[in-house]
Amino acid sequence: MQVMKVMQEPLIFTHSRAGRSAAGQYPHAAVCEVPEKFRRKQPAQLPEVSELQAVRHFTRLSQLNFSIDTHFYPLGSCTMKYNPRACNQFAMLPELLGRHPLAPESASQGFLACMFELQEMLKEVTGMKGVSLTPMAGAQGEFAGVAMMRAYHRARGDLERTEIIVPDAAHGTNPATATMCGCTVVEIPSLPNGDVDVEALKQALGPRTAGIMLTNPSTLGVFERRIQEVAKLVHEAGGLLYYDGANLNAILGKVRPGDMGFDVIHMNLHKTFSTPHGGGGPGSGAVGVGQRLLPFLPIPVVGREGERYRWLDARDIPQTIGRLSAFMGNAGVLLRAYVYMRMLGRTGMQRVAEYAALNANYMLARLQQAGFEPAYPGRRASHEFIITLKRQAKQLNVNAMDFAKRLLDYGFHAPTTYFPLLVPECLLIEPTETEAKEELDGFIEAMVAIQREAEQDPAKVKGAPYTLPVRRLDDVRAAKQLDLTYHRG
Amino acid sequence: MPFIPHTESDVREMLAAIGAPSIDALFEEIPAALRIKSLAGIPEALTEMEIGRLMQQRAARDGKPLNFLGAGAYEHHIPAAVWAIVTRGEFYSAYTPYQAEASQGTLQLLYEYQSMMASLTGMQVSNASLYDGASALAEACLMAVRAHRKSRSARILVPANLNPTYLDVARAITEGQNLKFDVLPYEAAGGTLTATSLDAYRGQDITAVVVQQPNFFGLLEDVDAIADWAAANNALLIAVVNPLSLALLKPPGEWGTKGADIVVGDGQPFGVPLSSGGPYFGFMTTRMEHVRQMPGRIIGRTVDLDGKPGFTLTLQAREQHIRRSKATSNICTNQGLLVTAATIHMSLLGAAGLEKVAAASQTQTSALVAALTRIKGVKLAFGGPRFHEAVLQLDREPGAVLEALAQRGIVGGYDLSRQYPELGNALLVCATETRTDEDIAQYARALAEVTK
Repeated sequence: MQVMKVMQEPLIFTHSRAGRSAAGQYPHAAVCEVPEKFRRKQPAQLPEVSELQAVRHFTRLSQLNFSIDTHFYPLGSCTMKYNPRACNQFAMLPELLGRHPLAPESASQGFLACMFELQEMLKEVTGMKGVSLTPMAGAQGEFAGVAMMRAYHRARGDLERTEIIVPDAAHGTNPATATMCGCTVVEIPSLPNGDVDVEALKQALGPRTAGIMLTNPSTLGVFERRIQEVAKLVHEAGGLLYYDGANLNAILGKVRPGDMGFDVIHMNLHKTFSTPHGGGGPGSGAVGVGQRLLPFLPIPVVGREGERYRWLDARDIPQTIGRLSAFMGNAGVLLRAYVYMRMLGRTGMQRVAEYAALNANYMLARLQQAGFEPAYPGRRASHEFIITLKRQAKQLNVNAMDFAKRLLDYGFHAPTTYFPLLVPECLLIEPTETEAKEELDGFIEAMVAIQREAEQDPAKVKGAPYTLPVRRLDDVRAAKQLDLTYHRG
Repeated sequence: MPFIPHTESDVREMLAAIGAPSIDALFEEIPAALRIKSLAGIPEALTEMEIGRLMQQRAARDGKPLNFLGAGAYEHHIPAAVWAIVTRGEFYSAYTPYQAEASQGTLQLLYEYQSMMASLTGMQVSNASLYDGASALAEACLMAVRAHRKSRSARILVPANLNPTYLDVARAITEGQNLKFDVLPYEAAGGTLTATSLDAYRGQDITAVVVQQPNFFGLLEDVDAIADWAAANNALLIAVVNPLSLALLKPPGEWGTKGADIVVGDGQPFGVPLSSGGPYFGFMTTRMEHVRQMPGRIIGRTVDLDGKPGFTLTLQAREQHIRRSKATSNICTNQGLLVTAATIHMSLLGAAGLEKVAAASQTQTSALVAALTRIKGVKLAFGGPRFHEAVLQLDREPGAVLEALAQRGIVGGYDLSRQYPELGNALLVCATETRTDEDIAQYARALAEVTK
């Protein structure tokens, strides 16, 4: 069992002493020219620490985290695969770090070449006709996608199409995005076997349908088998199909959203293309579109004329939905994804889906053999799968959250819990292709051990974790007695 | 097989456990007609050495020009310790702290960040980041509409001397939600806002007024007067600020008698390299009374089962994974790692260090202006107090001048003539503490040459 070395670190402010600083980090001679009227009267309460104190403090904080580099992190829907160090190193070459986003194109051809080739590779793996790299995360990619669907209908004078159909299994960002785009959400149920309820879809479709947002394989960890029929129905009703690329890792090189009939897709480059998750970002939500939505792509896009690359803006794409970031999105993330894709190459990319599926189906089979209940028995897992602990919750009063917390004591990051919302007491488990069999076996053994504990000593599981820097936190108190900033003294 | 650890015997054993004849059989639920055989358009794999060589070549092609361009992205010294720590796997390869007990490092760092940003901006609360400064302004406008319960107009006044891309982004992101943006003219001679341009709206239902300090031209606005105008006219005040400037300038929480309501900006000047425009991060701070309208992650301090202090995501009822279509925003993953950089950066520099960096940037910009305006045909457009950017007027089109400077290894500034035709041949230039007197002299020599 994992015992962490550093268990607690005081706030940086407690290391602070008036007059202390990392004096080698700033010029000393400068004199402020700001007229009195505009000046700050009291300095901000920032820490006054030495360089070593800062380095030690933040290094210690880092040691309180679980991460891919330190732990198996089977967080479903998040694709926590190995982030190759080379991607970081080559994206941080000094010239690339120093390039100003508005530098002239003549001094940017090397960078633009990478971005153009990335666009081309993403078109190839998704089967789409055009790509814009600018959205800064999945949710912004979703926004761009729905905004393009809206712009398409509006450009045709089809002003009534403001309804977005979303399955009940969808990520929360899907309905939130539809609202942000001024659309209303129509939710449709999933069938007990995990597929979309096509009869309910038929009922929902109509002259107000702007489109449908689908994740395929869905968040239930299964492939939507009737996707061609769904596409046909939606298109016949005058709507468009949006592909949430959260689960693209499952099908990379096996089947393409463009071929399934989708009109627009966002990709989470921080999932499928292995850019770091960074404790909550940066992500990148590049969007791809079919022919019909090409005129509406967010700007800027990189174009090529002969041997020269240049930015395409509103002069080139006059019907664009506009700019979503001050410059061109998370360029450094895009560079990392570019390096990753070049290192995988044509065959490496197909192996991603193959081994992600192998790992997921292996874990599912082993857990099932050990007595755990799959949410969708009889179905192949995609790159992830769900087990439900409703029996344990009912019989032993030990729920999915208890299992999750106890897994931390065994040295594993917990799977995604309580998502998707429609499966009671669920764990959504995504091992990814970069994990070795021994790691998966270790996780399965831990689950079996926790099950035994739950049967023999449920209080032990309910009280977990015990070996981490803190035990379970009082979330109710956190929300009721808000303490969001430190105040001195 | 890069990054895939499976041996042949692993695969055999795993397939046997599954009861599947082959890996291919795992994809049998995908309709056969849709399956593809290969990705012909993807090049063959490169080894790490080969991709390294290619990236070195691409990087070398763009070189390291001498940079005098700001316009929302600024070149500053970044202490070596910042990225050495940021790229530690425990920060770099962790995710959103959903399992608080296994994420105390990230959570505590974010709490410290919130504390620093609140103090720096003079506000009560901060979120844990947004995507960038431009999209943060869009979120601030949407938040103002939610927070201002008495205003029905969803009308936002934005100054013409706001970073024009920020307004483009705010329009694009709020497009589906019926906000109205009215653009306020700046005073032609001074380049700043005046009470007169605001007075045209006196007595009308205005949801919020936006002001950027320093404005896009680098000039300091009379923010006290604008804050008081907004308060007197029952409009919320949204401040767009460069966080580094706040080491010198009055924080938005102290503007006028009431202070700003929402403060946003781009955190890039704090430890984040230029890197072609991202990843940067947006910040947002506000008054406690508006905290439930704020978008993005918020970290709170609480206690665990044993009464020991700890940190957790809080007020999640605002967010998309709980509220779905009724969330304050669709934002989810954003810029955590960049906030990590900024927090370490702020800790290393401290208030005193940041003040010196800000002052040195301002001094070097003054030196740059002095050197360039000695050249025939180059004039300073606006003489008022500024931070570290200035508008110059040339006697010819800036586009061609910038191209000629680029040939000499100098990125000379931002051509204002397209977005601000009324300014004529205007060029926005910037120097930070990283530009030496010799750098400035080199720019002056080059500019004199290309405008001869």
